Amino acid sequence: MQAGIEEQSALYQKRIPIFQRSIHGSFRRFKWAVLALAYGVFFGLVWLPWPRGTEPSQALLLDIAARKFYIFDFVFYPQDLILLSVLLFIAATLLFFVTSLVGRAFCGYFCFQTVWTDFFVWVEHLIQGERPARIRLYKQPWKSEKILKLGATHLVWLLAAFWTGFTFTAYFTYAPQLFVDFFTGQAHSTAYLTVMILTVSTYVAAGLAREQICTYICPYARFQSVMYDQETLAVAYDEKSGEGKLGRASLRNGMKTLVERHAQQHGDCIDCTLCVQVCPVGIDIRNGLQYSCISCGLCIDACNSIMSSVGFPRGLIRYDSEVNLKQAQPAQPKLHWKRLKVLGYGAALLAMTGFLIVDIASRSDFDHAVNQVRAPLYVLLSDGSIRNRYQVRITNRANHDETFRLGVRGIPEAAADFGNFHEVTLKSGKSLMVQVSVKLTPEQAAKVTQFEFTVTPRSRPLAQRLGQARFYAKDVL
Amino acid sequence: MSKDKMQSQAVQTTGHAWDGDLQEYNNPLPRWWIWTFYLSILFAVLYWIWFPAWPVAKSFTPGVGKITYVDAKGVTKTTGWNTRADLMREMNELAAIQKPFFDKVAAQPYAAIAKDPDLNNFIASAGKQLFADNCATCHQAGGQGKIGFFPNLADDDWLYGGSFEKIQETLIQGRRGYMPPFGEALSSEQIDLLAHYVLSLSGEKTDTAKADAGKTLFHSETAGCFYCHGDDARGRPVIGAPNLTDKIWLWANVPGETAQEKKLAAVQNVIKSGLNKGVMPAWGQRLKPEQIKVLTVYVHELGGGK
Repeated sequence: MQAGIEEQSALYQKRIPIFQRSIHGSFRRFKWAVLALAYGVFFGLVWLPWPRGTEPSQALLLDIAARKFYIFDFVFYPQDLILLSVLLFIAATLLFFVTSLVGRAFCGYFCFQTVWTDFFVWVEHLIQGERPARIRLYKQPWKSEKILKLGATHLVWLLAAFWTGFTFTAYFTYAPQLFVDFFTGQAHSTAYLTVMILTVSTYVAAGLAREQICTYICPYARFQSVMYDQETLAVAYDEKSGEGKLGRASLRNGMKTLVERHAQQHGDCIDCTLCVQVCPVGIDIRNGLQYSCISCGLCIDACNSIMSSVGFPRGLIRYDSEVNLKQAQPAQPKLHWKRLKVLGYGAALLAMTGFLIVDIASRSDFDHAVNQVRAPLYVLLSDGSIRNRYQVRITNRANHDETFRLGVRGIPEAAADFGNFHEVTLKSGKSLMVQVSVKLTPEQAAKVTQFEFTVTPRSRPLAQRLGQARFYAKDVL
Repeated sequence: MSKDKMQSQAVQTTGHAWDGDLQEYNNPLPRWWIWTFYLSILFAVLYWIWFPAWPVAKSFTPGVGKITYVDAKGVTKTTGWNTRADLMREMNELAAIQKPFFDKVAAQPYAAIAKDPDLNNFIASAGKQLFADNCATCHQAGGQGKIGFFPNLADDDWLYGGSFEKIQETLIQGRRGYMPPFGEALSSEQIDLLAHYVLSLSGEKTDTAKADAGKTLFHSETAGCFYCHGDDARGRPVIGAPNLTDKIWLWANVPGETAQEKKLAAVQNVIKSGLNKGVMPAWGQRLKPEQIKVLTVYVHELGGGK
């Protein structure tokens, strides 16, 4: 046999099953609270009615077909895309800001992968029992108990996944109507396809793949280390007090009190492995910070409960920074926010949030856009004057009908010809294009390169808005 | 470290050894890959059954998929699946969406259409498409035409009249612009005088004496220009004789020239050779009445109408 073959590692590693033990504690309580809130909002909001007159009365409705996005009292249109960009920018910056302060807080508590996996594990626990029972079931041959219990688990998972997919789809069409259509077979094929895809992906991601999503698929897990500093708080094992000089030791006779253990140069860790059993990604936090760690804090709960029960000081596993743990006498862990990076993220966050709020608060009830007709750019008329043509599009975003009056500024009022549409009345949510031709004499055209269109809603003349336009005549002058 | 070792599995070999020490790794494909492969085979089989797939002698297996569509003559046809039928079916769907608008255009008089904002928006987009398909070849994408070839539809000069009715008439019947050649009837001096006069009409700087002489000639029986272009040289839309007093040039590219001689030469050339290429084809048989109506409003809007 040739040497070296045995050391080749396989290209594809089979998943090592993880049987997560349940644990009580403050982090677990926080995680349940987040889950309750997240599920309440996600599954509830879609059914919240929001009367809007003739428009669909759903509080949050993203109507892609009609290109209208209803969010409570606001209606957004595709031209508001900038707001979505700002929102995404805020989300990214918030993620970076929080990560550089307290590590992967998003992963551990708020990520939908974590929340759904938590729920799926809870179902598993409910039907199959605690960790030892689940391991026993796993090792059993396929007999009635195993088939029944695993079958029931997967069925509940599929139902939960289905309802997740259905709820998601319902945000894109009127939910009560979808509910009726979906179950009477009348919904659009896109709805069935979307629900099916989301059902399958939810079932696979939260039921089967679980932590593999975080370790193999999620890009964030791989680049989050960039945002970590020595000062970043992260779930960490206090190796000094846990291991002592001679390492951890179980709670055997003569090693039961701290005094005895320290005298024999052993640390506080009694090697109960509870921190490993409760870990959703199956790692041992005592090996230090690892890329698979999603920072859920369950090992902190586990360790604290054990330390309390044996009367040792709590906090052997805790949120702490690398720089603090390196010290001979680690101080109380605290947030190190006075760092250039954190302040920078914070400033960007404040600036963009401010922009978003100001932009939404100052939103006008109508939208307008001026487009110049560019083929031809200008036309020489029979009396020698020059004509440019424009298309002015007005969108009424208010929830009532409105009459708009068009005008010009910077050129004589008579130079602009609005045809029959000097005034247009628009229904709520509708938009209209008005063709305007502007005619200037060569003398006027020589002086004017820019002017403005004015759009004035009749009910609120003060809300007048301007649209910049150029006048081209260069080649004929 | 211990964890790493645990995770690495020794790779199996096929068990054969050649030349004493040559072995082959056995790395089976992942399950998901295999299943994707099987599913794609299944997909291919279903695809063959549904769509035209296999060549058979001079024909092919047509597939069981059927498409029903209405062709250009209004006949409903059902054929095996093919891309042309699929395109026709899609066009039928789109035509059905446009139909209410076309019906509305067909049912209303021009005066009412011009005042309807929604119909105007429809005409701005549908008209643009019809114009691009049928008219833009000559009149260019924005209707700006080309001096010496095709009239500009975007200016305010209307050879045959710019009312809705006149534009519709032009579209349905077509037009034939004609000017007889004067190269043999007149001497080149006379043509030069006329050219001076015609240029002066449009406000170009010319020799006043020559222009005055040209004016006399214009109104004389010798040249007879006034028969078509009118006593005031403002043209006669009834026969499509253009207005010579405005700044718009149809055949002689005066705006494109800067030198006086060249401007004169351009005008002289038109007078000398005359014109018989101003042909607008008739569209009455090619387009549907409602399409002509849409184009009429579109072209009227392009030049502002009259």
